[in-house]
Amino acid sequence: MEYPDHLKYTEEHEWIAVDDDVVIIGITDFAQKQLGDVVFVELPEVGDVLESGKPFGVVESVKAVSDVYAPISGEVLEINEDLPDEPGLLNTSPYEDGWMLKVKLSDPDELDELMDADAYQELVEEE
Amino acid sequence: MKKTPLNALHYRLGARMIDFGGWDMPVQYSGVIAEHLAVRSHAGLFDVSHMGQIRVRGSQALGFLEFATINRVASLKDGQVQYTALCYETGGVVDDLTLYRLAADDYLLCVNAANIEKDFVWLKGLAKDSRYAGLILEDCSSAYGLLALQGPQAAEILAGLTTTDLGGLKTYHFQDARVAGIDLILSRTGYTGEDGFELYCPAEATENLWLALSAAGETAGLLPCGLGARDTLRLEKAYPLYGHELSADILPLEARLGWITKLDKGAFVGREALQRARAEGIKRQLVGLKLTVPGVPRAGYPVFCGGEPAGYVTSGTSSPVLRQGIALALVDKELAGSGSSWQIEIRQQFKEALLTPLPFV
Repeated sequence: MEYPDHLKYTEEHEWIAVDDDVVIIGITDFAQKQLGDVVFVELPEVGDVLESGKPFGVVESVKAVSDVYAPISGEVLEINEDLPDEPGLLNTSPYEDGWMLKVKLSDPDELDELMDADAYQELVEEE
Repeated sequence: MKKTPLNALHYRLGARMIDFGGWDMPVQYSGVIAEHLAVRSHAGLFDVSHMGQIRVRGSQALGFLEFATINRVASLKDGQVQYTALCYETGGVVDDLTLYRLAADDYLLCVNAANIEKDFVWLKGLAKDSRYAGLILEDCSSAYGLLALQGPQAAEILAGLTTTDLGGLKTYHFQDARVAGIDLILSRTGYTGEDGFELYCPAEATENLWLALSAAGETAGLLPCGLGARDTLRLEKAYPLYGHELSADILPLEARLGWITKLDKGAFVGREALQRARAEGIKRQLVGLKLTVPGVPRAGYPVFCGGEPAGYVTSGTSSPVLRQGIALALVDKELAGSGSSWQIEIRQQFKEALLTPLPFV
């Protein structure tokens, strides 16, 4: 499984790409493999405000329903409009075509809580 | 946890394993959707060795089974299989099962894994009646491995491993056969809605049988399939699953099983209650619903008709063939006949659904 070095990670198996005060959020390769075939994705709307640690969306595979938790707080600037019609992108391209949200950070200090690729890999290997 | 004879093999194949009613079983190998579509278009191989086998023998066997089950056992000939159920006196369902007539005085019952012990105790209780003195009841679940080879290519794959004339083996019939050098019971049955076979082999031969079938099916596009695909395949065909569409609290007449409920065959356990229910009118009915918007119905979700509570989803999934949410739902029968606007409540949202003739696919 792949965990690109330029991304940050959470214990809830999300990845975060940071570009100044704007971040892109998705779920990791490990998360998509655990879920299996994703058949439904529910995302917030542009303008919604996320609170770190609270669920912001839902991902459903054939067998299971999973909440997706906000890794940081901030306002949703953009959502991946392709996902609702093509939820399988989360399986086939979790770090690129399967991105979920673009968010404007409200508290940059929250980034310090996130893991780097090595720490995340260690966490995954323990599971 | 309980294990089938193929447990170690599933781990070697990289299956994702789950606790299925106390059994350590594969839920998927390559992925539920790929496995599902392989069965619809080519073939799939399932380990269903967790299912139970109860043998009923003796001169009283026919009379006993006629009393214990709801379908007409007397209509079976040697080599025939029948879908049937055990009911409580209340008419609720103990279990649904397939019944094999080996001989006039010798039958094999294939029952749900989670119900083996309950069924065996239930049958032993019924057999205490002096009418059935001399009846032999035997739980031989651990003696059998059970593989299901399902899909349009199943017969072609099997033909390369046996001299048995498969064209002569009709649906819901079985015979003794030798497959890949293994003596077994070959049954033309399944739970996928496709042509296919279920192979009852000696437990210790299960792994060799699996390997032989896998190898023979490789070029035909056969995939090993887990319980995930088994569930989506049966749900597209609207086959009931015990614990969902059937239970002690659901009558077979409510669950679209009127066709196996032979109220005119003479006395059987549950008949009086079922006759009464039919005379008074069946109140609930199992129906098919298709979501007309994105979403996945799940067991237990509330169902509404014209804004009024109508019942609940017994099983739901995202159909791999239709690529939309489908559900079996137990709903008020009057509404099922007259209602026009249906909704399934998913996470406090009402999602529009369409009443759909069954099966879905």
